[in-house]
Amino acid sequence: MRLYVHHLTEYRFSEPQARLVQLLRLTPESFIGQNVVDWRIDVDCNARLRSGRDGYGNETTMLYVDGPIDRISITVNGSVLTENKAGMVQGATETLPPLLYMQSTRLTTADEAIIDFARGIEAEGNDALDRMHLLMGALHERLTFDPGRRDATRTAIETFSESHGVCQDFAHVFVAAARAIGIPARYVSGHFYRDDGAALQEAAHAWAEAHIPDYGWIAFDASHDHCPDDRYIRVAIGLDYRDAAPLSGSRIGGGVEELDVGVRVGLSQSQTQG
Amino acid sequence: MAGRRAFDEVWGSDNDRAGRPEFAELAQWITETPATELDRRQKAAEAAFRQLGITFAVYGEEEAAERIIPFDIVPRIFTGREWAKLSEGLVQRVEAINAFLADVYGERRILADGVLPAELILGNPQFRAMLSGTRPPHGIYAHICGIDLVRTGPDEFWVLEDNARTPSGVSYMLENREAMLRLCPELFEKFPVRPVDGYPDALHETLRSVTPRTSSDPVCVILTPGHYNSAFYEHSFLADQIGIELVEAADLEVDDDIVWMKTIDGRVRVDVIYRRIDDDYIDPLVFKPDSLLGVPGLIAAYMAGNVTLVNAPGTGIADDKAIYSYMPEIVKYYSGGEAKLPNVETYRCREPQALKYVLDNLEQLVVKLVDGSGGYGMLVGPTATKQQIEDFRAALIAEPYRYIAQPTLALSTVPTLTEAGVAPRHVDFRPFVLSGANGVTIIPGGLTRVALKEGSLVVNSSQGGGTKDSLILADGPGGGRL
Repeated sequence: MRLYVHHLTEYRFSEPQARLVQLLRLTPESFIGQNVVDWRIDVDCNARLRSGRDGYGNETTMLYVDGPIDRISITVNGSVLTENKAGMVQGATETLPPLLYMQSTRLTTADEAIIDFARGIEAEGNDALDRMHLLMGALHERLTFDPGRRDATRTAIETFSESHGVCQDFAHVFVAAARAIGIPARYVSGHFYRDDGAALQEAAHAWAEAHIPDYGWIAFDASHDHCPDDRYIRVAIGLDYRDAAPLSGSRIGGGVEELDVGVRVGLSQSQTQG
Repeated sequence: MAGRRAFDEVWGSDNDRAGRPEFAELAQWITETPATELDRRQKAAEAAFRQLGITFAVYGEEEAAERIIPFDIVPRIFTGREWAKLSEGLVQRVEAINAFLADVYGERRILADGVLPAELILGNPQFRAMLSGTRPPHGIYAHICGIDLVRTGPDEFWVLEDNARTPSGVSYMLENREAMLRLCPELFEKFPVRPVDGYPDALHETLRSVTPRTSSDPVCVILTPGHYNSAFYEHSFLADQIGIELVEAADLEVDDDIVWMKTIDGRVRVDVIYRRIDDDYIDPLVFKPDSLLGVPGLIAAYMAGNVTLVNAPGTGIADDKAIYSYMPEIVKYYSGGEAKLPNVETYRCREPQALKYVLDNLEQLVVKLVDGSGGYGMLVGPTATKQQIEDFRAALIAEPYRYIAQPTLALSTVPTLTEAGVAPRHVDFRPFVLSGANGVTIIPGGLTRVALKEGSLVVNSSQGGGTKDSLILADGPGGGRL
């Protein structure tokens, strides 16, 4: 499948900012089943961009903008050829051993409730692969998707006890539960083509990957209850959202900021235009 | 407490205070100088320290009071032979620490070879995964190490802790010597004491040597969290002594992956930052997002190879207390020989058998949090109350992997001025080891910390410890003076 992506991020500041420094993780890599045909990042003001690669293997872009600045928009346009590999991640850059992804972080710490839940799944499943499928299904059933509650600092514990969240929260709980039963798991940010007709999405997508003996890394999307296929574009990975977030920003100046994100993923270029 | 009296570095182990012959002159000085005179000099030194503002804040107290660290007028002496042996061990250890850091952030050979359990590194929050694959300029990670040593006998030195993040205390080494030279000049006539005042220059040379740009005169700065930090005096003191700028985060900006210092004459490119801010607070884009102490983009500049951070981010993995117990293996792995400075025997509570032993012997052991420092989160079994022991027992059972335990060592004592005259008090020692592009440098000196309370083994300044001057003598291996 050839997917076209248009990802717009716009900040508006109530007071002009002296400077803006942002760390972007917006660029996917090519690997088996994901072939990046073209990809570009555009900024609508005078900015300096520097690319690099972090310890997880993610391609990073540093964005530096001099002020005064009261708004900025960052646009990503690209197209990617995808194939359905039933969630199997092969040929992607792997810089760190799976064991690293057993490390819990503030956002992915499991409490008693998550551990009990994960142990229940462990008892039910036959092997690691089976258990991860069960975990994905059980979380999909247990957690309600609630786009009104988007909060980048929400922990897996909070999401699990409140039983609702957005894709990022589903991914954090999945990762916390998988690690709780000894399966390395990581957070993935990326894009998803919705074939239900909803063209404009309010944010980039997120899911999880688990490391399964004999298979390697396999992707699981608990918010949609299926393993990522050719409708997905994988962009960045990490222990949690903080490591893989599309944007981490910092600004020098007062006031408040307003953030607008719009993502269109379509099958043709025209579908993704504003 | 150990029943036997601890080894005293001047008076020896005998109760008759016959003493060690090499220190007879110091023993005589202690005896001949009236206690009132020692007290007068000590008060003069402390008044000077207060005047200079060499204060520190005590965390965890109701009001974070600014205090001076008590100073003891009776110095501690190491012979040239003792120092030569210590130095060798320190060089070996710090070279191994740097090789270890280069390896765990690089190829991870030590894990592939099974020398230590992989989860100990990869599962450790001190291992900064996002920096994996980044090699700092000149390949040096821990440019400044403060290795904490204790002594239990004439030739028995042990490493208690490796401080490879932002060790503090070197200003005391320098200020204590200033005070001693002024107040006890006769000691420096009696003993050929090696000077410590070359430290600022040696530090500057180390900083300059690791510049990422060899084409120009490197610009080095000291980055402080600000004057609320407990070690702020030291930050400003060192900047002043070296003659480089002391900056706060707001004075720096990163542009195009290059670090600039804002000055009234415009921007100046910065090559080397001796940062006294912990990793967590150094760059809000990468670590704690709400940190106001950090510089946005600093880690990107570091990863791009455009600035040297001293010490490099991520060095906490080398002085983590869970890693400490493997240091003999680590030193052997990288140096090819046995560690010249031994470790204190350490029980890793993450191992069930060790945990059982620790729980059965809490009254005899010192228990420490693997990620604690400054004497916080520590149990000293022999002097702890029943309640403290029970609290630690519960904490150990709940989260055993967070703790290590060590036998209570009979730390050496040094004669110290007390209210009841000069009496033995337990000490430790922190020499400062500099690693630059041209090798390892150790200034002959260090920080001696002394537990002022009789019998106490806790020397941390936050727990009521004091400091002493540490005199390294310029005598050769055979004892002959230069």
